[in-house]
Amino acid sequence: MGMVNPDFTDRVKGPEGFNAAACMNCGVCSAVCPMGIDLLPRKLFRYVLLGFEEKVLANSETIYSCLLCRMCEANCPAEVHIAENVRTLRNYINKNVFNI
Amino acid sequence: MPMPTGATIGILADNLKKRNSVLPISTSGATRWARGLDLPRGGETVIYTGLMYQLIPYIAAMSKAQGKVEDSWLADLVGIGRYVNKVVNISAFMALPPGSMKETFNTMLANIALLLKKAGVEMGYLYGEELYSGALIYDLGADHIFGEHARKVYRSFKKNGVKNIITVDPHTTNMLRSVYPKIIKGYDLNVKSYLEVLFERNIQPLREIGGEAVIHDSCVYARYENMLNEQRALLSGAGVTVREPRDCGKFTLCCGGPAESLFPKKAVRQASKRVEQLKEAGGNVLTMCPICYVNLGKAAAGGIKIDDISSYLVRAYLP
Repeated sequence: MGMVNPDFTDRVKGPEGFNAAACMNCGVCSAVCPMGIDLLPRKLFRYVLLGFEEKVLANSETIYSCLLCRMCEANCPAEVHIAENVRTLRNYINKNVFNI
Repeated sequence: MPMPTGATIGILADNLKKRNSVLPISTSGATRWARGLDLPRGGETVIYTGLMYQLIPYIAAMSKAQGKVEDSWLADLVGIGRYVNKVVNISAFMALPPGSMKETFNTMLANIALLLKKAGVEMGYLYGEELYSGALIYDLGADHIFGEHARKVYRSFKKNGVKNIITVDPHTTNMLRSVYPKIIKGYDLNVKSYLEVLFERNIQPLREIGGEAVIHDSCVYARYENMLNEQRALLSGAGVTVREPRDCGKFTLCCGGPAESLFPKKAVRQASKRVEQLKEAGGNVLTMCPICYVNLGKAAAGGIKIDDISSYLVRAYLP
């Protein structure tokens, strides 16, 4: 279990929003990820939508390891903007954790 | 212990903000490639390198230094380095590439300019006024610093009366064509990759060079810019038989380069996977992105021959 921060989802949203609601948890993204990142984006994006800030921050290395190569997006049946979502999370962490 | 993420991004972002580039290089180092090409200064149409090819030797040198620091007690000192770097440019001391490597990348740029000239393109160059696009900082998610920098780059184009931009690498193409318009109000620059320009101009080969080459598509050209046809048509015109690796075209496998700045070991592991696919397809690999070129080359360690696509094209299309 984790603490829910109800404001987290709104604060994460970048200029293009946080496009993850359409994710149907099919797992194609995880299956095709060249880095073998199995967390992204299914659980991670769900954490964001549910407001689990702590769980998102605990996965910082995963968030910064993503290549933004869009292999997942090219295969995503729900057309989730996965790479932009990851970049949006980086922006949130940069601002709120690293003070950049 | 991996490289401290926040401190590393902080150093790169501070460099962009204070010194206009993630790894500052001298004006002479950035513009040396254009010596002897008689490119006019500025103009409505310019070749824009975005400093990517020029920066790669420095990024590679920095990554080598990082590889030694990663997983050692020295990684702890990177945090202190960020504070020092605000005053003294420490990356200039860490990144000292060999001259031969700089020469290799300068030759690629000169080749690209010569190909454009051969295709009848009249273009200028901004020389010392040319700025880095900010691509790495955008990817790392430092949006406010990237936004400020992008507006600075745009102002420099407008000040010089630039209307048409010819880019030379996928990351800069993507920044100027697809990212800048989203964050700069009234953005009105026309941006094309040199491969698109050569294709549109229907550049004619002087000879067929023959042979086979395995094409490694850049993720950014393939999946961000939907650019897959031009490079193949130009190679076909040169008489080169293009071989496709297992993951190719829209489903090309990343070279791992984007992980380089924070996780050099992960980047090499990813590149090694791609190198195996390229070997299976026959070796003699060609890339169209300097990041792919250097990262795959590092993983291959001489096991396969890797060239930039421009070096194939000059042999067929130039005297």
